[in-house]
Formats: sequence, C-alpha cells, structure tokens
Amino acid sequence: MASAREEILQRIRDARVPAAPPVVRGYLTEGPGGVELFAERVADYRAVVHVVSNVPEALERLVGKRIVAPTGVPEEWLVDGVTWLREPLSIEELDGADGVLTGCAVAIADTGTIVLDGGEAQGRRALTLLPDYHLCVVRADQIAGSVPEALARMEPTRPLTFISGPSATSDIELNRVEGVHGPRTLEVLIVT
Amino acid sequence: MARNPVTWLGSPTFPKAAHKALADTQLRQNLRKATGTIRGRRAAAVAEMTDWEQLRVAGEQIKDDVLARLDTLLVQLEESVTARGGVVHWARDAAEANRIVLDLCRAENATEVVKVKSMATAEIALNEALEAGGVHAIETDLAELIVQLGDDRPSHILVPAIHRNRSEIREIFQRRMGVEVSDEPADLAEAARVYLREKFLTTKVAVSGANFAVADTGSIVVLESEGNGRMCLTLPETLITVMGIEKLVPTWQDLEVFLQLLPRSSTAERMNPYTSVWTGVTPGDGPQKFHLVLIDNGRTATLKDSVGRQALRCIRCSACLNVCPVYERTGGQSYGSVYPGPIGAILTPQLVGDMHDPQAASLPYASSLCGACFEVCPVRIDIPSVLTHLRAEAVEAKGRTAESVAMAAAAWMFASASRYEKAQKAGSLARFLARDGRITSLPWPGSKWTSSRDVPAPPQESFRTWWRKNRG
Ligand code: SF4
Repeated sequence: MASAREEILQRIRDARVPAAPPVVRGYLTEGPGGVELFAERVADYRAVVHVVSNVPEALERLVGKRIVAPTGVPEEWLVDGVTWLREPLSIEELDGADGVLTGCAVAIADTGTIVLDGGEAQGRRALTLLPDYHLCVVRADQIAGSVPEALARMEPTRPLTFISGPSATSDIELNRVEGVHGPRTLEVLIVT
Repeated sequence: MARNPVTWLGSPTFPKAAHKALADTQLRQNLRKATGTIRGRRAAAVAEMTDWEQLRVAGEQIKDDVLARLDTLLVQLEESVTARGGVVHWARDAAEANRIVLDLCRAENATEVVKVKSMATAEIALNEALEAGGVHAIETDLAELIVQLGDDRPSHILVPAIHRNRSEIREIFQRRMGVEVSDEPADLAEAARVYLREKFLTTKVAVSGANFAVADTGSIVVLESEGNGRMCLTLPETLITVMGIEKLVPTWQDLEVFLQLLPRSSTAERMNPYTSVWTGVTPGDGPQKFHLVLIDNGRTATLKDSVGRQALRCIRCSACLNVCPVYERTGGQSYGSVYPGPIGAILTPQLVGDMHDPQAASLPYASSLCGACFEVCPVRIDIPSVLTHLRAEAVEAKGRTAESVAMAAAAWMFASASRYEKAQKAGSLARFLARDGRITSLPWPGSKWTSSRDVPAPPQESFRTWWRKNRG
C-alpha cells in the first residue's frame, strides 16, 4: 500500500491543475513611514506611546518594580531603583514579574506593529508573554513604512512575534476588548 | 469509507435547519448586531487602503499558483521543516489525522492538551477523537471556550460563539467555571484569563492550526488576538500543528500580501494583536518538539474540479459570512458544518464529495446569489459561480425530476448577472417576490425558509442593487 504521503502527492498530480500565470504585484510596497505615523497607529490600539530622546530618563517610570531584562539590553537601561530580573528565569519567576523591558527587531508604521525576533535585548518568546506589562523601546531607524518593507528586513527562520497593541479579543459581540492572556498593558518608547 | 466529519452527523438539510433557526429571534438579534458592527468596521479598514484591489488580485494569483504547484511546494515545505528539526506527517483523511495526533499525545504521556483555535482540527473532529482516546483537549480561544463550556456547536469561522450575547456568555461562565462574573466583556475576558492561566503554565502538549506555511523557509504563521495562541505556541514542550495542504504560500515575500488582506477582512483591524511565526525548533526558545500534520480530507478531490477548486484559495477570514443575508438570518449552525456561510456552502459539499448526501447537496442552495460574498472576498473567490456549478452537480446526482428542472433553471438564471437582470426586468422573477412588500418565496429550497423571513422587498430597483444598498 502506498504511504499517505505518496497517495496525496499522486492525487494532486492526478488533478492536473494547469500552471498559473505569473503573479502581478501591483500593490504598494512602500509606505510613508515616520515616527509620527507609527506613534499614532500604535496609540490607536490603546497602547501607551512616548517619543523620547533619552531612554534611561524615560525608564524612571519603572522604579520600584520587578522588571525582566533580556540578555543584551544596554547597560544604561538598567537604571537604579528597579529590581532587574535576569535569565535564567523560571516560568513562575516570569509569571511573578511586574513587567518586561525589551528592544525590538523591526516596527511597521502603517499598522503600528512591533516585531520581536528573539535577538539582542528581546530574549526568548516567553519573556514578553507572561509579565502583564511590556515596555518596548523602538529606535526611529527600526521603523519600516509598510508591511512589505518590514518583512524584507526580517530573518524568517527566527521565532518572530508581531505585536499590535495589547492583548485583545473580539469574541464577545465582535467588539474589541483589551486584555486577555498576553500583556494587558503595552507601552512603547520611540527613541529619536 | 468513513464519513467526513466536516458535517455534523444527523444534521437536517439546510432548508429544514434554517426554518428552525428563523424562528429563534434571540439568535437573529445577536447575529444582526454582531455582523452589522463588523461589516461597517471592515468597510472602513479596507477603504483606508488605496491598493486593496491590487492586493486582492495578488492574493488570488498567489493562491492559484499554490494550487497549480501543490505537490512540489508541499515537498519543499516538508524539506524546510525537517531541516529545522520538525517532523512532518501526512494524513489522507480525518481518521488518519486524528490517529496521528492521538499517537503523538500518547508518546508524550499527555492526558491533557491545550488548543489554539483551528478550523482544520474542528473539521476533522479532533477533540472528540482525542477524548475517545483518553486525552482531554482544552480550547483556549475565548469563543471556542464559550462553545466548549456551553456544550454547543460553532456558528462562525472566526468567532464560533457569535450567536451568543454577553448575558448568555455570563450564564455559561458562571455555571461552568463556578465564578461570579458580570456581563461586561472585560470581566468575561478576565474570567477566561484566570480560568486558563494554570493550564497554560503546566500543560506539556499544545495543538494548533496554521494560517499560512511558507514553503521556501518552512515557517508556520498563526494570527490571533488574545495571546492564547502565543501561550500554546511558546510554553509547552511539544507542539502539534494540524494544517490543510492548501494553506501554503510559496515564499516569505508572499506573506506581505496576506498579512495585509487577512486582518482587515476578518477583524477589521490594520493588524491583529499577535502574529507568531516559527520555523521548526529553536533551541532554548519554545517547544523543543514540533510536529506538522498535513491533511487532505477531501482537498485533492476538490482540486480536481476546475470550477470548484477556487474554494481552496480561502484564507478563512469570514468576511463572506458577515455580509451574507442568508447567514445573518439563519445563523451558522443551520449549515450543519464547521464551515458555515457562503464559504461553507461551497467548501463543505466539496470536502464531503458526495452529492447523494442530501444535507451536503442542499448547501449550495443556501444563498440568494446576491454576490456580496464575492465582493468582499480578499482572494476573489467567485462564490456565486461555484454555488451555481455545485447546484448543477446536485441536480445531476439526483437525476432529472420536476424539482431538479426548476432548480437547474433557477441556477442557470442566477449564473450570470445579465441573464438575471434581464429575467427580472421581464418579470419572470416576480413570482419570487411578494405583493405586500415582503419577499415571501424563493425557488426551492429557498421557499422552505423564506416564509419566515421579513425582508422588505425592493421597489423599483434590481434585487442585486437593492441588497448592495441595504448591506451597507
Ligand atoms: S471565501 Fe473569501 S471571504 Fe469567505 S472566508 Fe474565505 S477568504 Fe474570507
């Protein structure tokens, strides 16, 4: 008996679907971009946005809290008065933290999205999932204008998380309600 | 051959089920409210895009290319996933897929799995199969949880509990979770958060579906809102993803089209809150065992049909449900399948693959052929044409009877806009329209449910124009 794999592939060949014409990509590939548009779109999701020039100063808001800091965050971000939680961290420790501070890999102005790829200052995915508060630092040069521009900047085989606002649901009467399983508060610092 | 669980055992034909649903005023109210909201928001989200039509065309073409090269692309996907430490399984039908997943759960000694909403696993009735094998599947998507706790059936692709309003949800949560909760959506969401938290932190195996799989990189993509998806895709040790073989895109670049089309079409957002992408296994981050189960379950048979195969382009956004006048009145459960609404009317009978099945054969008639579904479909599936085509097949299977002749005539007339408008002008449609300002009868089997509809009839304009105006 043929394996399921062989049989399915054979059935596909037997269907004799004719070749398709080349894809016409007539859509826009670039967006206007910019800090202002990005800030506005992030805020539309009811995330908190600040445009700042000095990160350590802006991090004063974390004083007195227990905050996860992934591997690779710049030394100067680790301001005094905050209990910094560093890897290795257990699930329980992450769950018990007040929040997490990260950088990002790319951001998208058009859609107000930040993208994490597990690289420098971002850490593994659980770090930005379990704490109820996520503070994300986005450099102006990390903001791509459009979805196509942003995808071109990513490394697809890394574990990627696209974040557009705090966790939400539209499952009750199709209205968006913020705050289900992921961080209920998302705060974004845009550094210019 | 075992029956395909894509339709629910013992479901009445569409006209019968619809007739019953039409009597349920609460259901109709809930649906009208929900779909009315989302229709307006979708239109606004789409109007913001100056290149929406070009994106739709590209979406259609990319998916057609996938269908034309499906064998090659699947083999490529298998290679890329395997190269990154994943294991790929193939399943001819639902029973085979369920057996594979159950065996994988048993290999991990799991008696419980957490699940992120997936149409593919609902289609194959995985939860029931796992339960029978001693593995309890916990739905973690809010709407799926409402359906599961309410011992209910889904009625919408994106929001399976769309037929429930907040006070009904509150009642289900209080009864099943044993907690006091208000009917404020935020409180209901909080109740779900508390209820599921422990499960996320301790369960070792997760089962997911996939929105897209990228053949050239082996990356799997899941779009979601709540973060339950991220929980399932990140915290467990083993991840089992079940996916229809048509869910592919050839290259990473192709995602740029679908990540723009899908969120705006489904939840009317510029972007959904969370999208997760993973490729095989990443050491030190997320599940260290990854299994991808590719299911056929009627798809290759659908692929054979030159008209019907476009249904395989579907990205399950649910926009066609939200604009459908028939869906809005009958609700999703009348379709007797996890795929309701216009897409269900064309996909379900093809996946079942047997027009002698009276329930499946009745589904292509679950439409007024107004064309609103085609207009909103982000991958331009010409649902009205496929409906007409499948109606002809249903007639063929039953043989030519007086009834089938009438149905075939109606189908032929509905098949082309110009024929339809001409017939309407000539007055041959008049008998479907009422004299007292209500539409009271449609050709069989529509006639079986139009008696309970209360649609003000269009005065001087064509039916199509009138619907379009009234759908907003
Ligand atoms: S048929 Fe089109 S509109 Fe309907 S769910 Fe599928 S992609 Fe969306």
